[in-house]
Amino acid sequence: MSKPAPARLRCCDASACRNAGGLALRQALLAARAAAGLQPTSLAIGAVGCLRLCGRGPLVAADGPGGSRLWGGLSPEQAALLVAAAWVDADPPLALASPQASPPASPPTPVPPASAPLASSSDPLASYRLDLSHPFFSLQQPVVLEHCGLIDPDCLDQALAHGAYSQLRRCVRQLTPEAVRQEVRRSGLRGRGGAGYPTGLKWDTVALQPPGPRLVVANGDEGDPGAFMDRTVLESDPHRLLEGLAIAAWAVGAERGYVYVRAEYPLAIARLRRALDQISQRGGFGVAFTGTPWPLRLELRVGAGAYVCGEETALLQSIEGGRGTPRPRPPYPAQRGLGGAPTLINNVETLAAIPPILRQGGDWYAAIGAGNQASADKPASGATTATLGSRGTKVFSLSGAVVHTGVVEVPLGMPLRTVVETMGGGVVGGAPVKAVQTGGPSGGCIPAALLDTALDYEAMASLGSMLGSGGMVVLGPHTAMPELARYFMGFCVEESCGKCLPCRAGTVQLAALLDRFVAGQAEAADLDRLEALCAMVKATSLCGLGQSAPNPVLATLRHFRPEYLAACREEPRWA
Amino acid sequence: MGVITLSVNGAAVAVPSGATLLAACRSAGIALPTLCYLEGLSPVGACRLCLVELEGAGRPLAACVSEAAEGMVLRTDTPQLVNFRRMGVELFFAEGNHVCAICVANGCCELQDVAVAVGMDHSRFPYRYPQRSVDASHPLFSLDPNRCILCTRCVRACDELEGAHVWDVAERGSHCRIVAGLDQPWAEVEACTSCGQCVDACPTGALFRKDDTNVTSHPQRQRAALLQEARQRHSWRNQGPPPP
Repeated sequence: MSKPAPARLRCCDASACRNAGGLALRQALLAARAAAGLQPTSLAIGAVGCLRLCGRGPLVAADGPGGSRLWGGLSPEQAALLVAAAWVDADPPLALASPQASPPASPPTPVPPASAPLASSSDPLASYRLDLSHPFFSLQQPVVLEHCGLIDPDCLDQALAHGAYSQLRRCVRQLTPEAVRQEVRRSGLRGRGGAGYPTGLKWDTVALQPPGPRLVVANGDEGDPGAFMDRTVLESDPHRLLEGLAIAAWAVGAERGYVYVRAEYPLAIARLRRALDQISQRGGFGVAFTGTPWPLRLELRVGAGAYVCGEETALLQSIEGGRGTPRPRPPYPAQRGLGGAPTLINNVETLAAIPPILRQGGDWYAAIGAGNQASADKPASGATTATLGSRGTKVFSLSGAVVHTGVVEVPLGMPLRTVVETMGGGVVGGAPVKAVQTGGPSGGCIPAALLDTALDYEAMASLGSMLGSGGMVVLGPHTAMPELARYFMGFCVEESCGKCLPCRAGTVQLAALLDRFVAGQAEAADLDRLEALCAMVKATSLCGLGQSAPNPVLATLRHFRPEYLAACREEPRWA
Repeated sequence: MGVITLSVNGAAVAVPSGATLLAACRSAGIALPTLCYLEGLSPVGACRLCLVELEGAGRPLAACVSEAAEGMVLRTDTPQLVNFRRMGVELFFAEGNHVCAICVANGCCELQDVAVAVGMDHSRFPYRYPQRSVDASHPLFSLDPNRCILCTRCVRACDELEGAHVWDVAERGSHCRIVAGLDQPWAEVEACTSCGQCVDACPTGALFRKDDTNVTSHPQRQRAALLQEARQRHSWRNQGPPPP
């Protein structure tokens, strides 16, 4: 991370820090540098992607000869102080970078801003300093996000300097599509969008279809409440996604592809658009990045506000210009997708994991995480699914009642408690964690008693939740579970496309039933009605949205049934 | 073309390869209820009433959109399926404003027939009583969305048979509704040829002829199948219902 080069200030320019005033702060820093008479050669100030601890934005990191430092929540008025601090770059703060130098900082809930031992009175920015040795940062293992926060997302040259497109070049020039797919199979990578389908198997399925055109699609329609992993990738390192998608195209024999991003991510769209422009300005993927006449063409498609378009068949409909409604599978898009051609659809995070897998090898990736630990198989009852394992890293977006809100990338198999309590710092104000909601409206929640559950596909599913796309909402003691279930059901009511009956009408009836529990006006029989209708909607809906819409209800019923019982009125007594 | 043998409710059935599970069930003499399916139109698998259980599959399959395969073991009458179907029909009744007594389709309504078939005597779900307005602008036909079950047969009939694509679905979820043209009054949609195929395809009284009353309504729901048949055979004389 530390370069010998000049001192450098990295200003987070992703959505969260922008909303916190990151742009104004960066302008002020540039002005302060000029006022101090410094040249860009001696102190570089640049925009970078996400610096992870979104809740403390705007974040600025300083690199100097002694390592990196991080500040959060600075206002433009403090720019001069920060420039001075980055420029002087000396004394005690550097100790922060080396964990041995500051052991007292870690055990007693080391809240980053108040890293007290270092808050010397001489440093006016001490209270804004964030401790990079805090577990929130130190336990992360960036693979997908390895360049996120280091490079300017709008600058192709910086991406190239960090190795972007080198794996694409290697694939096209040296590897056969089969060799690329084999490396992906070896990695054990599974779809990061939530379903966890083995990525290598999906690639093979597309590649082995009868001869003819194929297409690739990156699914960036990230819509779960509390999920912002894909946004982080797209806003911080768009070329990473494009490289992953291009490699996928090579591996399955596609020459056309789409990146589908939801309209609610304007910054991600702007950066992707710029990244695609930069590529076409250099003559396209073939000429510029592989030195071959490979005619790959990638296009951007922007959604129109429908959550269901994250479902792959609805997404394809949307790309084709139709109404975003799912269709029954089979045929799967891998068999018949866009325009009837076999189409590979992968989540953004899945594709972003591809370049490092090819660089380091599939075995390297497979060695990360729970995949080869025997303990990973323990919680899952069905041995067939457990054999798939959960390998590699996963990006989670941590939000809700947690102290440290932001983006973390950790090895799969890490206990949920480590992420929520050690990294996230637990609930604000020191209150106990009540539960952690994972998987958004398709997932469930893990109660505090089960926080030691490993973060892997099977263990989470066995508890009635799911690893999901990676949204993790921490719930404090005051969250009422029927209300939580009602919130997610309301979400599904709004986002149901309306094509199939159980999802269109069933979710409405489920929401009405949950209203009675929220109001404390339910009857004991309503609990039976709720469970019966949940079972029906789950079993009979056409697509994943409806099939998983009852999950938040079922999970809260499973782990917090007394709350539902308490919401029932007393039975009328006929004396 | 080969032949596939499968088992439906314990009885062996042979169907041509490529046949749907629905065709297999019907050839076994099993009356699987359907609402969105109409012979002659592309299937969409939306009403979820033709669900069947396939041995070894995780969840029930919509028979109208699933292809038969050799050796499949199907059940159409498990207690769970019977229960789901009845709940489905109840959900249909609760989401719209279905009042048989004042409906032109009373007595020739597929929703009514299905309700009888699944043994629905009341809805366990509270009625939603949505506010919907009628489009009676067309000189010959009317659309009463209160009776619409969003099967999209009209959408497909107009698109696939007439090629006019007058109808489509607007909005999402429970707000979904059938719209003419660009959400215009039906009479203003110049693409409409007044062929009436949407009316003939409608399973309920949502689309009806203005001169129909509940006594004289005469749905011709086999029209889509007849047209498809005629197109395949290049024989345009109405020779009665297609051969079984």
